[in-house]
Amino acid sequence: MAPGVRAALFITCVTDTLFPHTGRATVELLERLGCDVAFPREQTCCGQMHANSGYQEQAIPLVRRFVRAFSDADHDAIVCPSGSCAAMVHDQYPRLAELAGDPGLARAVAEIAPRVFELSLFLTEALGVEDVGAYYPHTVTYHPTCHSLRLERVGDAPLRLLRAVRGIDLVELDDATTCCGFGGTFAIKNADTSAAMLADKLACIQRTGAEICTAVDNSCLLHIGGGLSRQRSGVRAVHLAEILASTEQAA
Amino acid sequence: MSGGFPAAAREELRNAQLRRNLRKATTTIRAKRASVIAEVDNWEALRDAGAELKQRALADLDKHLEQLERSVTTAGGTVHWARDGTEANAIVVDLVRATGATEAIKVKSMATDEIALNDALAAAGITAHETDLAELIVQLGDDRQSHILVPAIHRNRAEIRELFRAHLPGTEDLTDEPAALAEAARRYLRQKFLTTPVGISGANFAVAETGTVGVVESEGNGRMCTTLPHTLITVMGIEKVLPRFDDVATMLALLPRSSTGERMNPYTSLWTGVTPGDGPREFHLVLLDAGRSATLADPVGRDALRCIRCSACLNVCPVYERVGGHAYDSTYPGPIGAILTPQLHELNEGTTLPWASSLCGACYEVCPVKIDIPQILVHLRGRVVRERGGPAGERLAMEALARVFAHRRRYEAAQRAARVASLPLSRDGRIERRLPGPMRGWLAVRDLPVPPRESFRDWWVRERG
Repeated sequence: MAPGVRAALFITCVTDTLFPHTGRATVELLERLGCDVAFPREQTCCGQMHANSGYQEQAIPLVRRFVRAFSDADHDAIVCPSGSCAAMVHDQYPRLAELAGDPGLARAVAEIAPRVFELSLFLTEALGVEDVGAYYPHTVTYHPTCHSLRLERVGDAPLRLLRAVRGIDLVELDDATTCCGFGGTFAIKNADTSAAMLADKLACIQRTGAEICTAVDNSCLLHIGGGLSRQRSGVRAVHLAEILASTEQAA
Repeated sequence: MSGGFPAAAREELRNAQLRRNLRKATTTIRAKRASVIAEVDNWEALRDAGAELKQRALADLDKHLEQLERSVTTAGGTVHWARDGTEANAIVVDLVRATGATEAIKVKSMATDEIALNDALAAAGITAHETDLAELIVQLGDDRQSHILVPAIHRNRAEIRELFRAHLPGTEDLTDEPAALAEAARRYLRQKFLTTPVGISGANFAVAETGTVGVVESEGNGRMCTTLPHTLITVMGIEKVLPRFDDVATMLALLPRSSTGERMNPYTSLWTGVTPGDGPREFHLVLLDAGRSATLADPVGRDALRCIRCSACLNVCPVYERVGGHAYDSTYPGPIGAILTPQLHELNEGTTLPWASSLCGACYEVCPVKIDIPQILVHLRGRVVRERGGPAGERLAMEALARVFAHRRRYEAAQRAARVASLPLSRDGRIERRLPGPMRGWLAVRDLPVPPRESFRDWWVRERG
């Protein structure tokens, strides 16, 4: 896929509502790389919270809504700054369409799913870039989120992007692939267990000496960042898109 | 258990000793497993073969079981069918009584724990002696097992020394050296092996084609239990049947590496019926359903029956590592327990277990028979909500949110409302204190950002709209 590609943003409800700066950074980054960015405004939430909490039937109308919102748009790829929400489309939408008993929906999902990309995979695989021209003079550690790693299979794509950032001091996180304990409604329904998992993740982050913990999912960063903030740790959670969007001019 | 998993987990999480024991044990076994898996070139192909084999066995389970019955009978054994634990226990009690014995030695068995056979035997005046070292520790402590493979994983060696000194004769000067502990258990068990006329075992598999039953273990105590007594009674879940003898090879390639992190386990005992002048004179195989047929009826959930009880999923599970096995209140803890227990009880028990996971997927990655545990967890959450009803408040909130997400204008209005509602609680753009209500658990240990003045979409409309 050459620059000039038309990218439709699948922004996710979490980023749209709580982390608009990640959304703006994603737009800046994609446009700097020559993409033509669109934002289909009819999108709301992909339905993951409902589907993963046992309310699959309530998630089905949201699958239909997603398919409608993105089938109208004139685009080559649907780009999502979240591994988990991209995985929702790839992994769960086909099952939900089957549960709905709707072959038309299943076909629409099968048509749309291959065009959905998690951001780091879009950059490295679809655009074929690793050096996005970013400058970020900070000490950063990277937490690979579970769904980006095990469902979207991003591999080391985020790390390759980070290594090419000028000025960055990238430090390795112990037990990096262990879940941070977010898990969507798990953090509410099993709050104590989630807190215990978070405590261990925060201890690993603190040990790196980094000032910033980054990841490709704002939902996990809401949890990690919320814990870092409560501890007055002096460490911040920052989405990968914001690091990649930063330039020498901006700094 | 009224509060289910969340309440039980809350208690267990306070146990600092347990947390340390579990972290140490699971970290060690994870590393061992990873190193022996790495040396197998075709591990993924092996997993595919294991999954395919178990899938095939379950697809024609009725035929394989009937063939197994014929094969065992031909080889001189007797097959008994038990619809549930009560029936299975009654069969075993009658069989032991018929020998006139008042004691039985047992090799580690999940199935007999599942049906509480020891309690049924005790009620009939029969003492069951667990001979697996860890099971013995659990039994002496009047405790519950907390891991499929390492039932006493929650105990450390100092605790075990205290248990042995309290219960085993001649152990007053026992140290907590592993070799000394093993020697004390050996002396005690040797005497039981040589004097007890009835052995009770579980089974890792039984082969329909030949009637061969197999037990895979590390200590050799299982070998003693299955060869020394006059009468051997094996209780096996019906899902453990393998169609052909060749299938055993696939299982033996997958199981030890996944469970103990060994290339091969030290003792694999295979027996086919009875052999005159060698081993038990009588062999009984009790085939246990206990919810398995019902589980088989669920096209998604049935994959849980592929499980070969290796416990790799427990050892990699970040939830299990922190709460331990007891929080699951089930014979089968960890990720596999979370999908197996509620199904074996037809959603009458263990209904909080499908939520005992962050859906991180580490379990699926290691499962030697490729059970997609996260998918089954999600599926069972749906079944519990549909068939048993979710908590009333949660259901209302989920339905309300679904209505909000269904319309763009409602969603945009809700974004603004969320900001307005949280502003009074905000300090520098964050909610930094504990509050009652559904966010209580979140705010206990985490701050929460207040939605910024301008959402992403508002910015987009202002800039690009």
